[in-house]
Amino acid sequence: MNSNSKRLAKGGRIDRGRPLEFSFDGSKLAGFQGDTLASALLANGVSLVGRSFKYHRPRGIFSAGAEEPNALVTLGTGGRREPNLPATMLELGDGMIAESQNRWPSLAFDLQSVNGLFAPFLSAGFYYKTFMGPTRRAWMFYEHFIRRAAGLGKAGMEPDPDRYELRHAFADVAIVGGGPAGLSAARAAANAGARVALIEQDFRFGGQLLSERPGSEANAWLEALGIELRGLGNVDLMARTTAVGIYDGQVLGLVERRDHAQASGRVRQAFTILRAGAIVFAPGAIERPLVFSNNDRPGVMLASAVRTYVNRFAVLPGRRAVVTTTNDGAWRTAFDLAAAGAQVTVADLRATLAPALQAEALRLGIAVRPGTHIADLRGGRALNAARLAGSGAETEVDCDLVCVSGGWSPTVHLTSHLGVKPVYREDIDGFAPGPLAGGQFGAGSVVGGYTTAEAIETGHRAGIEAAAYCGKTKPVPAALQFQSTDLPAAAFRGVPPARGKAFVDFQMDVTTGDIALAHREGYQSVEHLKRYTTLGMGTDQGKTSNFPALSAMAALRGATIPETGTTTFRPPYTPVAIGALAGRAVGHHLKPTRRTPMHDWHIANGADMLEVGLWMRPYFYRGAGRDVNEAYVAEMRFVREAAGLMDISTLGKIDVQGPDAATLFDRVYANGFVKLPVGRARYGVMLRDDGVVLDDGTTTRLGEHRFFMTTSTAKAANVLSRLEFLLDTAWPDLRVAVTSVTDEWAAMSVAGPRSREVLAAAFPTLDVSNEALPHMGLIGGEFDGRALRVIRLSYSGERAYEVYVGASAGEAAWRRLIEAGQPFGLRPYGVEALGALRVEKGHVAGPEIDGRTTLDDLGLGRMVGKRSGFVGDVLRRRPALAEQDRQRLVGLTCVEADARLSGGAVLFKQGETLKGHGCGRITSVTYSPTLGAYVGLALLAGDVAMGDEVVAVHMMKNEAVRARVVSPVFLDPQGERLHG
Amino acid sequence: MLRIDCPCCGPRDHDEFRYGGDASIIRPAHDDPDFEAWYRYVFVRRNPAGSHREHWQHVLGCRQWLIVERDTRTHSIASVALARKPAPRKSAQ
Repeated sequence: MNSNSKRLAKGGRIDRGRPLEFSFDGSKLAGFQGDTLASALLANGVSLVGRSFKYHRPRGIFSAGAEEPNALVTLGTGGRREPNLPATMLELGDGMIAESQNRWPSLAFDLQSVNGLFAPFLSAGFYYKTFMGPTRRAWMFYEHFIRRAAGLGKAGMEPDPDRYELRHAFADVAIVGGGPAGLSAARAAANAGARVALIEQDFRFGGQLLSERPGSEANAWLEALGIELRGLGNVDLMARTTAVGIYDGQVLGLVERRDHAQASGRVRQAFTILRAGAIVFAPGAIERPLVFSNNDRPGVMLASAVRTYVNRFAVLPGRRAVVTTTNDGAWRTAFDLAAAGAQVTVADLRATLAPALQAEALRLGIAVRPGTHIADLRGGRALNAARLAGSGAETEVDCDLVCVSGGWSPTVHLTSHLGVKPVYREDIDGFAPGPLAGGQFGAGSVVGGYTTAEAIETGHRAGIEAAAYCGKTKPVPAALQFQSTDLPAAAFRGVPPARGKAFVDFQMDVTTGDIALAHREGYQSVEHLKRYTTLGMGTDQGKTSNFPALSAMAALRGATIPETGTTTFRPPYTPVAIGALAGRAVGHHLKPTRRTPMHDWHIANGADMLEVGLWMRPYFYRGAGRDVNEAYVAEMRFVREAAGLMDISTLGKIDVQGPDAATLFDRVYANGFVKLPVGRARYGVMLRDDGVVLDDGTTTRLGEHRFFMTTSTAKAANVLSRLEFLLDTAWPDLRVAVTSVTDEWAAMSVAGPRSREVLAAAFPTLDVSNEALPHMGLIGGEFDGRALRVIRLSYSGERAYEVYVGASAGEAAWRRLIEAGQPFGLRPYGVEALGALRVEKGHVAGPEIDGRTTLDDLGLGRMVGKRSGFVGDVLRRRPALAEQDRQRLVGLTCVEADARLSGGAVLFKQGETLKGHGCGRITSVTYSPTLGAYVGLALLAGDVAMGDEVVAVHMMKNEAVRARVVSPVFLDPQGERLHG
Repeated sequence: MLRIDCPCCGPRDHDEFRYGGDASIIRPAHDDPDFEAWYRYVFVRRNPAGSHREHWQHVLGCRQWLIVERDTRTHSIASVALARKPAPRKSAQ
C-alpha cells in the first residue's frame, strides 16, 4: 500500500510499524504515525496542494509550522468539516479526509487561473477602485461572483456533532514554547519548586531540535530532559496546544487540538483559560523567505522546513535542490540534503563565505555560488530550473526544490498582544519583544538568542526568575547543555530588489508591485499598506510576509525599518474554531435557563413557553386557542368575565429589613413610603439619577421595619444592585439590609371578578373578605407548612390577588387554586394575555419605560406631587425634560372599523409627509375583546390633542392606518372593578 | 482578564464582578437641591490615563461594593477595599 516515493529508507521520528491511511482530494494515500499531513503529502510526492487566493496560482507546501501560508486544507466531512487548516500543523490520523481549497473544477486544472492573465487589473486597491465610490452599484452586482472566485475553504452547513470543552487551569509558571529554551526553562522553574505548565503547539516537544539529524546529541538531550520533566511531577506537559492570546492578569488562552484521535462523542478541541503567576515566552522565531520572481512556485520552501522534512519526517522533497540564503543557518539544510542523496547548489548572497562552510560543501559535493541569488524560477505546477544572478553571468540550474532563507524573525505575536510594541534590534535585523510587564520573561530566539546554547541558557535563567517571581526559590542544578552543531543566522542587509511577479504575501497574493503601487498612491504607513493591499490579512496573519513587506516599504520610502514600524499584533496567534470558544455553551446550554416552581405543570397542561430574559414563562395555553392570537383573546375574556391564574414567580422580589427601611424607600421611590401603614402595599416608581424612569413595582409593609418589594422581571438584578450601591457608598448611615428572595417565593396572580371566591375556596382558613383584605391589603398564613402571603394587587384592572408561597410549595398551591377555581371558571393565562390586559388598562411596562421617558411622559407625574429629595428629583427638572411638546403616553384607537394597529408603527400628523421619524410611535398593541377593536398605547408629541387623528405607518408591513388619540385607559377609568 | 482581590472572598475573576463607575466623585446628599452638583455627579468624568478609583460590585460573590484602584493603561490593580467602612466595633469588655 505504501507509495511513499519521496520517503527516505530510514531515519525520521516516524513509527514505520504504524502505517496510517488518509485521503487527499479523494486519493487514498499512506503515511506513518508521527507524520503531519504535510509531511505525508510530501512523502507521497504531492507537491501541488492549493491554488492562491486571487490569481489561483498553483501553490505547494512552504513551511513546516504555524506560519504556513499556502497548504490550507479542509478537514473532515459533513458537520465535522473544518476549513482553512494548515496541513503543516495537522498530526496525521488514520482515516483522515483532507481536501484542497480554492480550486475549480480541480487542483491540477483550475479555470480561474486565467486570473493571472488579468493580474494587472487585480492589483492593490482593485476592489475599492472598481466597485466603490461612483460605481458602487457595480459592487452589489459583482460581489456574488467575486466572493465565489476569491476565497478560502467553505465551512460545513450541518451541525457539528463533536464536543468542545472550556477549561480553567492554574500554574505558577506558564511557559509558551517547548523548544530548547522552553524545556530548559521548565526544568529550572520546576526544580525551583514552581508548578509549571509547558505549552507546545506541536504534538512533540523539542522545537527546532526535532529537526536535528537522528542520532545527534540533540536527540539524547531531548530524551534526558523528557525523562527528568516527567519525573519531577510538577510539570504539566501540554502538547498539541497553542497559546493563542495573552490577556490581563497573566492569563493565557490555549487551544488544544485532538484531530488525530477523531471518534464520535470525544472532545475534539479544548479551550483552556490558564491563569499563571509568571509567564516565560519561548515561542522561537520564524524563518524569512526571500522575494524574487515566481518565488511562490510549488517546490519553493523555507530552508529550515526542508531540513525538518528530511530529518524529522525522513522525506526528501526534491532530488535537485537550490539553497538560496543570506546566512550560515541554511547551509545545514544543504548539508543534510546532500547527505540524504540530493544534488545541491548553494546560492549565497554573500560574496565572502566562511572557509569551514566551503570545505564541508566540497566534501559533500555541493556546488557553491557565492554572491548570487535567484532572479527567477521556471516551471508551473512543478519547478524546472532556477536562474541565478549576481556575480558573474546569469546561469540556469536545473532543480525541483528551492530552499530559501532570508534570516529569522522572532515570534513576537504573543508578547505584543497586551499593547507592548515590538522593538527593532540592529544586531538581529528584526523585531524583538518590547519591555515586558512584571512577571513576564523572554527566552531563546524570541529575544535574539539564535544558538541552541543561548536558548538553553536564557531559558534556564528565565525559568529561575519566573519561579522566584512566584516565591519559588529552591536551589536549581546548572543548565543542561550539549555540544550542538548550530550555524546561526547572522543578520544580512542588501537583498537586491526583485523583478517580475515576486510575492511577499503568498496567502493574500500580494507582490512587490502591489507594495510599490500602494507607495505611489500615498499608502505609506504600514497600517495603510496593510489595509490597501490586504497584506498580512490572511489566516496566517502574515507570519512570513510581515518583515519582507516592511523592508520593501522602508526601501521605497528611503526610511529605516524602525521608522517604518510594524503593524499591530492581536489575538489570536493562529485561527481558533468558534466551537472551541463556545465549549459546551451551545444550543440550550448557551445561557442558563430559569424555571419557575410551576414550570412542569405549565408544560403538562399545554403551555407554549416563551423565553423572557433567562426565564421560561407560559406564553399562552393551547387549551384556550390554536395559536397565540386566538388564545390570548380567549384568556383575556375569562379573566374579565370569571377568573384567571397567572404564574408571576419571575417578578424580582427583595426582602428589605432594618429600622431605616422606610427611609430607604422614601428616597429611592419617587412617591412617598414613610407613611405606608403596616399590612398595606403601594405602587412605586423609581427614577435613575438623571431623572428618567428606571422601573416600577409594588412594595408591601410587612412590619414596622420590614418590607417586601417587587420589581419587574427584567430589572430585578439592576434594582437590587442599585439599592446595594446606594446603601454601601452613599448612605452607609441607613440601617437597612436588602436581600434577593426571588427564588425563595413562588408567586401567582388570581385575577377576575370571581377571584375572591376562588381564593376563599382554595384557602378556607384565610379571611379574604373585603374588610379583612381590601385593595392593596395583605394577609399572611400558611400553606403546606410553608409561609403564605396574599396581597391584593391588580395589574389587569380586575379584582386580583397576588399569592406568594415558599417555592417548594409553589406547584401544590397552584394545583390547589386550579382545582378550587374550576367551579368559578378559573383558567390559567399566559404572558401575552397579561400584556394585553395591562394595555387595556393603560398601565405602562417595558415598552414604555424604555430608558428615555420621564414621570410626566408616562402620566405618572401626579404621584410625586411636591415631594423632593428622592433619587433623580433634581435632574428630572432639567428644562428639556419639562418641554410641553415632549412625547407622552396616549391611547390610540382605529378610526375605521376592522382596521388593526401594529406595534412599532411610526405616527404622523394628518397632512404630514409620511417620511422620517414622525411625531411619535406605537409602543404596545392589543385586540380588546371588551371593546371589540384594536387598541394601542403610544408615545406621541404633546402638541397633538386628544381626539385628533394621526396616521400610523408600519414601514416593514407597508401599511398606513388612521388612528384617533384617546386616553390610555380604555377600560374602567374609575377603577371600580378593583374595589369592593 | 482582571483578577480582583475581594476583601471578603479572595482573588476572583472579573467575570464575577459588575463595574460601577468612577469612585472618586462624591454623590451629593439625597436632599441636595444643587443642580450643578448633580449635573457634575451624573455626567462629568475625568477619564484619566493612569490610576483610577472605581466601584466594582462582587455580584456573584459577597455582593459587596468595592473601591478598586486600577491603572487604566496597564489594568494593574493597586488596591481593593470595601466601599462601606465597617461600623466601629465596641471593644468587648
